[in-house]
Amino acid sequence: MTPKVLSVRDLRKQYGATVAVDGISFEVNRNEIVGLLGPNGAGKTTTINMILGVLEPTSGTILVEDLDIASKRSRVLERTNFAAVYAPLPGNLTVLQNLRFFGLIYGVRDLSARIETLLKQYDLLTFRDVKCGVLSSGEQTRVSLAKAMLNQPALLLLDEPTASLDPATARDIRIKIREYAAAGEVGVLWTSHNMYEVEDVCDRVLFLSHGRILLQGDPRTLPATHGKETLEELFITVANEPERA
Amino acid sequence: MFSFRRASAIFLRQFYLMQGSPARVVPLFAWVAIDMVTWGFITKYLNSVSGSGFNFVPSLLGAVLMWDFFTRVMQGVTMTFFEDVWSRNFLNVFATPLSISEYISGLVLSSIATSSVGLVTMLVLVTAVFGLSFFLYGVLLVPYLLVLFLFGIALGIVACGIVLRLGPASEWFIWPIPALISPFVGVFYPLSTLPAWMRALSRLLPPSYVFESMRGIVLKRPGSPYALFWGAALDVIFLLLASFFFSAIYRHAVRTGLIARYSAESLS
Repeated sequence: MTPKVLSVRDLRKQYGATVAVDGISFEVNRNEIVGLLGPNGAGKTTTINMILGVLEPTSGTILVEDLDIASKRSRVLERTNFAAVYAPLPGNLTVLQNLRFFGLIYGVRDLSARIETLLKQYDLLTFRDVKCGVLSSGEQTRVSLAKAMLNQPALLLLDEPTASLDPATARDIRIKIREYAAAGEVGVLWTSHNMYEVEDVCDRVLFLSHGRILLQGDPRTLPATHGKETLEELFITVANEPERA
Repeated sequence: MFSFRRASAIFLRQFYLMQGSPARVVPLFAWVAIDMVTWGFITKYLNSVSGSGFNFVPSLLGAVLMWDFFTRVMQGVTMTFFEDVWSRNFLNVFATPLSISEYISGLVLSSIATSSVGLVTMLVLVTAVFGLSFFLYGVLLVPYLLVLFLFGIALGIVACGIVLRLGPASEWFIWPIPALISPFVGVFYPLSTLPAWMRALSRLLPPSYVFESMRGIVLKRPGSPYALFWGAALDVIFLLLASFFFSAIYRHAVRTGLIARYSAESLS
């Protein structure tokens, strides 16, 4: 089995004269959580959308477990899932209905049992028959995470997954995702603006700015390597870098 | 590989939405019932004042029923699609293994279920209240329904493509489509009533063959059964074109990023 869950090569996305992602290459290995960091507009969400197959790259390749999403879209997405703060599940369906709907689409075996496990795991048992639209934003995030875990994905994409959670719940979620990444043969790509969280969770970080990867390394040692005291300080420095021609 | 399970998930979602939602369930039968009652009394009135002995019930009421069935089929497809538009669910749905053919199949499955409710309601009403017997049309009733069903599906898919391309507000372009087509297909009058340029367009529209054939039976001047085959063949062409149209729009949306940012309506 290949150690790489995700392999991105020379990925580029251009809208007219605007280059959103500028030929980036990176990998996510099994049992690894990789943080994708960068200021707003750096190209993080564009990159995630391309990996999810909802945005076609201008050039470059995306391989998930050695399968190219351009030619094996369904098979790749059966092994992938995501949760994003900007993609809540339909508010007019209950928690159970949403999980059943997406479980069928992802082809989850023994779906009822899997849903029960996730309802327990994400503390959603009391909300199972509640419409998602009336849940608090934190509860909706937990439902999105439960959806993201339905098919036990080999590649999990999380775009600011804890943005609307209180600190205690956010910590619980981080623990769960770390356990998930450690236990299975899975890789996680995680974006966040919370540098404390990134240091706590990620094994490796990629700093993205103006569509390019400027730095990468261990979030606990990277700041010192670049003469900064904290990851946040390093982030601000990278975010303020002028665009290179 | 096509997965019926994935397609059926779209249907299941629609079933969930209908549960306990009068706003979704009532329109399945209420508007067609109102149409049948209104046109039922109009035809009765026409029978009483014409004095010609011609029975308007099978020609007019039967035609209105068939036309309502067609519009329900089309709306069955579009309403299921609109659920994803209204709940801003495109990113969640299209970032899954679901293929476009499975998604469209799911829309069609939902349409079969919802249009069947309307059809049964109409059949019960016109038979029980206005004495319209569909035995009059014999076995041709099946190809009539099939030709209209396939055309409704094709137009529904085109309508979804239009909304996917132009954004949520463009759903207002969709509702009048049946009304725009109706003058050309001769729901209420023979095609010979139309000017030559309209008749030329009528020949390209499958429902024209259904309504001409229905009138022929009522007037005891049955036309060529091959005309219905031609209507069905046109349906197949429309279905292929509609699927190609939707796929092209979807590919454009994936290329430009519109799927991921659909609520923006356009990327300019």
